[in-house]
Amino acid sequence: MNGWMQHLTIAPIVLPLAVSAFLLAFNERRRMLKRVMSLGTLTALIVISTLLLWQVTDGFGLSSAAAPHVYLLGNWPAPFGIVLVADRLSALMLLLSSLLGFTALFYAMARWDRSGPRFHVLFLLLIAGINGAFLTGDIFNLFVFFEVLLAASYGLLLHGSGAERTSASLHYIAINVATSLLFLIGVAMIYAATGTLNMADLAERIPTVPPGDLALLEGGAAVLGTAFLVKSGIWPLSFWLSRTYAAAAPPVAALFAIMTKVGIYIILRLSSLLFGATSGGAAGFADGWLIWAGFATMLFGTIGILSARTLTRVAGHYVLVSSGTLLAAIGIGGQALTAALLFYLVSSTLAVAALYLIIEPVTRNADEEDMIAGIAEPVFDDEYTGAPEENEDEVGIVIPGTIAILGGGFIFCTLLLAGLPPLSGFIAKFAIIDALFRHAAITPTSWLLIALIICSGLATLIGLTRAGIDLLWTPADDSPSRLSVIEVAPIGLLLATCLALMIYAGPVFLYMESAAGALSDPSAYIEAVRDAPPTSKVVP
Amino acid sequence: MEIVLALAIGTLTASGLWLLLRPRTFQVALGLSLLSYAVNLFILAAGRLRTDAPPIVGREGPIDPSLYADPVPQALVLTAIVISFATTALLLVVLLASRGLTGTDHVDGEEGDQ
Repeated sequence: MNGWMQHLTIAPIVLPLAVSAFLLAFNERRRMLKRVMSLGTLTALIVISTLLLWQVTDGFGLSSAAAPHVYLLGNWPAPFGIVLVADRLSALMLLLSSLLGFTALFYAMARWDRSGPRFHVLFLLLIAGINGAFLTGDIFNLFVFFEVLLAASYGLLLHGSGAERTSASLHYIAINVATSLLFLIGVAMIYAATGTLNMADLAERIPTVPPGDLALLEGGAAVLGTAFLVKSGIWPLSFWLSRTYAAAAPPVAALFAIMTKVGIYIILRLSSLLFGATSGGAAGFADGWLIWAGFATMLFGTIGILSARTLTRVAGHYVLVSSGTLLAAIGIGGQALTAALLFYLVSSTLAVAALYLIIEPVTRNADEEDMIAGIAEPVFDDEYTGAPEENEDEVGIVIPGTIAILGGGFIFCTLLLAGLPPLSGFIAKFAIIDALFRHAAITPTSWLLIALIICSGLATLIGLTRAGIDLLWTPADDSPSRLSVIEVAPIGLLLATCLALMIYAGPVFLYMESAAGALSDPSAYIEAVRDAPPTSKVVP
Repeated sequence: MEIVLALAIGTLTASGLWLLLRPRTFQVALGLSLLSYAVNLFILAAGRLRTDAPPIVGREGPIDPSLYADPVPQALVLTAIVISFATTALLLVVLLASRGLTGTDHVDGEEGDQ
């Protein structure tokens, strides 16, 4: 690893940031340039994260010998400077965010990027913030990247304007500013207890924290954890989520699907690194809380799905269900379960993003029909003179092409989200349940998790089927039109990725298991950060 | 000095929380900025309170760390101030936009039943 390859670790942050700043200099009328640049950036990001994935696995070898890649910013040795760390989990999340960003941006080109200024700039900034949060190895730097992604998300949520969006953004911003303050309080308390902010250094120091300071440390971790749990939408801190996501423009909502997963990623990372088996008095901190909060979130999401009146609300509550499942699984822990939950994370994120993208074309046609039905109804008795009789020669019903495509995609999404065989959603849920059964002792909590996973799947199936019948099966007099390839292609890409996850489930699971193995034994991560040598100075 | 700082943080937090839960958007914005002041002071306290101790180490001679204040919390506070300032400014713009679009400064966009 030398030369340019060495700087690959920082490219997922610097590249979107630089292009974003560059695009700011151009007028909105140069839309073609902006589209080409930002789409090119995201294509490059997919390539870069694939390369990183290749690096951290030693050429997809999956041998556990490959160490994480550590990048010392400013060439300072580890605990003093900020480090970026690319290990298997980060590389996986980077690939996921780039793929999701690419599809959402592609979809936005249909018309959404025209409904307000500086869409591409904010979009790339959000990607830079998300990638930074996945890569950083320093808690305070994490705060900075969180703020970058939040600031961009405020702008993106407001994209397209309108009273509903503005009002939802107001709540979203207020909640997230308050959450950021909790984040800072947590960071300050952890610093007061340990004297460091570097994650690997923290992992080394936490076992040596004197018992008197343990309460301060755990209090800090709890406040910090609350900040991430708000981001991942845990009950009862999640009432903002479904409304905010429903108010966002579809491509923005699709990208927001990964923002809850940023919170989950951080909780997974910190709980394994700081409160793993080797961390002395603080080991297993708050696991019990995570399990029960996860259950409550799943229950709330399930009830929400059943009671939701609109499809966007169904999707929003599904995000909650998936967060709850992940948090409860993190709380229970174990290497096999971690591998399964990573698979579930990838599959559910892709599927829910596809759902957000498909909702808009599906409901767009329905809106039109409703409007036509409203016009046809007579207001006064004598007003309705009867429309000219139509010739009803047709024997069968012709399903228009667009409805066929949308319906097919919708069924695909439903199967994925509900976790029905044979798609990747089923494999993910099956793997979680299988891992729970392989635990040494099956406790009542595991049974409860299994029951909740199955019930939430059923509720998702009911909610989506009901909406699907309403929107796609109700016979329409007027054939829907206006479905551009630009809209279909990204949905197809997301669903094809899910299909690939299903077909290549074996190798993907091998990867997930090696990532989970690295999480359950963080010594390789800690050593890699501690021993990362600063590069020797080059004299010009 | 500890008691003064603790009282200041406590008062700011209490006022900030109270304002944050008020129904008018401007009160919410003020509450958030008061809370951010409280948090900034709190971060400073995390590095232990010292007076008359510089945070920057001199160039020459053997260095005794006990003579210096912890520079890290001060750097963190600087970053936190900048970020909370910027987000508060954004919040102000959004609340003005919301006022213009809904015609009220209530946080829900409509007057509640009084």
